This record gives sequence, structure tokens and C-alpha cells, in this order.
Amino acid sequence: MLTCREISKWVSESLDRKLPLHLRVEVRLHLMMCRMCRRYRRQTVALRTILRVQDPSMAPTAFSDIHLSKGASERIKKALTTANE
Amino acid sequence: MSTSQQLSSPEQWVDEHGDALYRFALSRLQNPSAAEDVVQETFLAALKARKQFSGRSPERTWLIGILKHKIVDLVRKESRERPAEEIDDLPSDADLLFDPAGRWRTGPLEWQVHPEKILERKEFRAVLQRCLSNLPKRLRDAFFLREMEDQSSEEICKVLAITPTNLWVVLYRARTRLQNCLNKNWFSDPDRRGE
Repeated sequence: MLTCREISKWVSESLDRKLPLHLRVEVRLHLMMCRMCRRYRRQTVALRTILRVQDPSMAPTAFSDIHLSKGASERIKKALTTANE
Repeated sequence: MSTSQQLSSPEQWVDEHGDALYRFALSRLQNPSAAEDVVQETFLAALKARKQFSGRSPERTWLIGILKHKIVDLVRKESRERPAEEIDDLPSDADLLFDPAGRWRTGPLEWQVHPEKILERKEFRAVLQRCLSNLPKRLRDAFFLREMEDQSSEEICKVLAITPTNLWVVLYRARTRLQNCLNKNWFSDPDRRGE
């Protein structure tokens, strides 16, 4: 029987590739019996969803407080003006 | 439909799109100066390619498209220049989470969260940003390509020059570490678990 440590690894991997059938069966049976591994799975999926949420600016919402500094903005404008001449 | 003549001026670009591009770059690179540099390169490349802008998609979408390529190019270049650490040397939280018999020590906490709702909380966004920035670079690069860019394992292995088996180990470590960080710094407060 696989341990929770091993199952958590397969749960993660199942988000990146299709596991071989015997592992899919083993993971599914384990998850039916194990509340903690079910939680691990839910967290893994939730994290993916949270990171894919975008705000209307098309940037991830998790970073919506971040701003380009005034210094960097001026520097970039200067570089663009020079390149445009 | 807009045409290339109707693109805003390069200076306006920075005012209109600078923040969004920088947020996007920082979420992937987690390094402010590298993010600023890649944003500048994006604008410069856009300036050169102005005539090719078809106007079929909004200006922002066009710029983000260029930025994405620049970020992946940078990560690819860094992965090739830097000797790859042995995967086994990369930090893993598994020993903290599991006992020697492979059982959960305390187990993950329950997160009953609605992704869009929890992202409205400024304090949560700050914790998430901190947890992401604490990921070791190799874990972070694989993680953003997979989770944010939704690239296939095959594509990511090419960019990072690693084998699929190593990639899956790296992604597992990144996820487990991030979840552990969020459990400790956000969800350990029972009032925050049900949002």
C-alpha cells in the first residue's frame, strides 16, 4: 500500500500528466479513505485556480497591488524616445 | 477596427500598459529589476514591430503576447547558463509534513475558499506574493510555466532543459511548499478558512 507521502506526489503529478491505470486506481482508492489526502488534492486544484484568475488588466489578480515605479517608468520612456528618433 | 496608425504613442504606452505588463512580468519572474528590464525590452520590441500590429486584437493583448515570449526566452537562457542544481538538493517540505512512516503529521488545513473572493483580500494577496517570491528559482520557473502559462510538461522540459521525471518532482515540491506557506501564514487563522 502506498503511504500518504507517496500519494500526495501522485496527486500532484496527476495534474501534469495522465498517470498509468494502476496508479490512478490506487490514488482513487486511497482518496476515498483518506481525508487529509483529499484536502491536499483540493488545495492543489484551488491553488492552480487562484493563480489563473486575471483582472481586467490581463495581469494575475494576485498582483493587482503592484505598480511600475516612477523611476522605471521614466527610464523606459526615455529608452523608447531615444529608439524612436 | 483600429490600424497601426491608431496605436497610441510610445510614451502613452508606458502610462497605459506599464503597470499591467510589470505585474505580469513580476508574477512570473519575482525579481523587480528583471521584470522592469523585460518590460522595457517588450516596449522596444513593440516599437520596432509597430507596423506589424494588425489591430485585430487590443493593444494590451498584443503587448502581453510579446512580453510572454520575452519572459520565456529569459528563463530559457538562464536555465542554460546556470549549472542545474541536483534536483535532490532543492528544498522539499515533505520531511516537515510527513512522519518517517509517510503519514501526514498534522495534515493540510481545510480551505473552503472561493478563488475570486479570496483574491479581493489585500492581505491575502500580499501573503500569496510573499510565498511565491520565497520559492527557489528553479521551483518557481517550473511552477509559473505550468500553473500560470498552462504549458505542457514537454514544452516546459525544453525551456528548463530537464527531464519530465525531474519536472514532476520540481512541481510537486513547489506546490507542497506553497501550500505549506499559505497554511502557515494565512489559513492557520480559523476565521480565514471559509472565504
